[in-house]
Amino acid sequence: MNKSKVIEIWVGGFMLAGIMALFWLSMQVSNLGTSYTGDTFHVTANFDNIGGLKTKAPVTMAGVEVGRVTSIVYDPESFRARVGLDIQTTYTGKIPEDTFAKILTAGLLGEQYIGLDPGGAEDPLKEGSEIMITQSALVLEEVIGQFLFSKASEGTK
Amino acid sequence: MITRVLAQLGSVGVSALSSIGRAHLLILNMLAGLNDIIRRPRLLIDQLYSVGVLTILIIAVAGLFVGMVLGLQGYYILSRFGGETALGLMVAASLVRELGPVLTALLFAGRAGSALTAEIGLMKATEQLSGLEMMAVDPKHRVLSPRFFAGLISVPLLAAMFSCLGIFGGWLVGGGMLGVDQAAFWNGMQGGIDFSDDLVNGFIKSVVFGFVCTWIAIYQGYDCIPTSEGVSRATTRTVVHSSLAVLGLDFVLTALMFG
Repeated sequence: MNKSKVIEIWVGGFMLAGIMALFWLSMQVSNLGTSYTGDTFHVTANFDNIGGLKTKAPVTMAGVEVGRVTSIVYDPESFRARVGLDIQTTYTGKIPEDTFAKILTAGLLGEQYIGLDPGGAEDPLKEGSEIMITQSALVLEEVIGQFLFSKASEGTK
Repeated sequence: MITRVLAQLGSVGVSALSSIGRAHLLILNMLAGLNDIIRRPRLLIDQLYSVGVLTILIIAVAGLFVGMVLGLQGYYILSRFGGETALGLMVAASLVRELGPVLTALLFAGRAGSALTAEIGLMKATEQLSGLEMMAVDPKHRVLSPRFFAGLISVPLLAAMFSCLGIFGGWLVGGGMLGVDQAAFWNGMQGGIDFSDDLVNGFIKSVVFGFVCTWIAIYQGYDCIPTSEGVSRATTRTVVHSSLAVLGLDFVLTALMFG
């Protein structure tokens, strides 16, 4: 094998290793390998307070991810936050219409996500429908405030 | 007296400006040399070997050890807060966003950039470049351009390898030695690293660093005073200027991308 062939093989191996490294990074390290890229349908939910919820936060049912938060806007007419959710189409017709959406926190200080609790209605959620029953995020200051308030009122009794 | 100071200041300004101008003319010439590379890919392959392949070893070793140190230090800090499970995310985020591109570029400037400057400077000192010109071969296209594109291609690939091996090193220490939960290590990483925000931005950084480091190295070699002393000074300048450019640009890019 002549020298130029050896160099070509080395360079080929180098390029291959570099591209493999990029591929491995995108599939194994980033969320590209785990995120669902298939078809979704869109529903909305209005919350009094979304706390620290961000777009791309997961939407789960019984802890299993079924979709993602795609938009968060403030609705000045109802003074509430309007959250858009993309749910995977595999769950079309399988989530009851009166499903209960609440904002939960992963761990004590973790990321916030939306948990769906299925209701009992016959009709399912469809493209464009709205989740009517929602529960706001737990805001730590409010909880502490309530706690202090109830302690204080206990003291006066 | 005052006129002499003024004249000195003026000559410093003029020489700095003309040096920037020559660097930009050089980069235009090298980019135009892409034609020759497409016609003779052999030129590029030879340079990819000396610029890229020969740099793999130092990148691999540095990446592995940087990852291992990150794993150790991160574990000690995070375990104070009971957050060992975030170790994977911490190692991967710091490598992919910052350390991978920056350290790769710094090592590249030291290993390959200085070699490029010395090689081109010696070619100039021994009048090989003038010889090529005598034969109506443009040395910018024939000699400099393949080296430039080899650097531009190599640095992003080397940075990706650095990050991979770093994450592997962090996993060895965190998962193997210190007993962090494997699933939490990888899941935390996948949950926290965003493809377009983190990986693509890190990749863009490494492309920019590759461009700047190779450009500086080739310019310093091509523009050096063709004596032994001139070449040695040019080599030093390559490493210093490249490192400063990489560190400064990193701040600017980080502020633009993640700010």
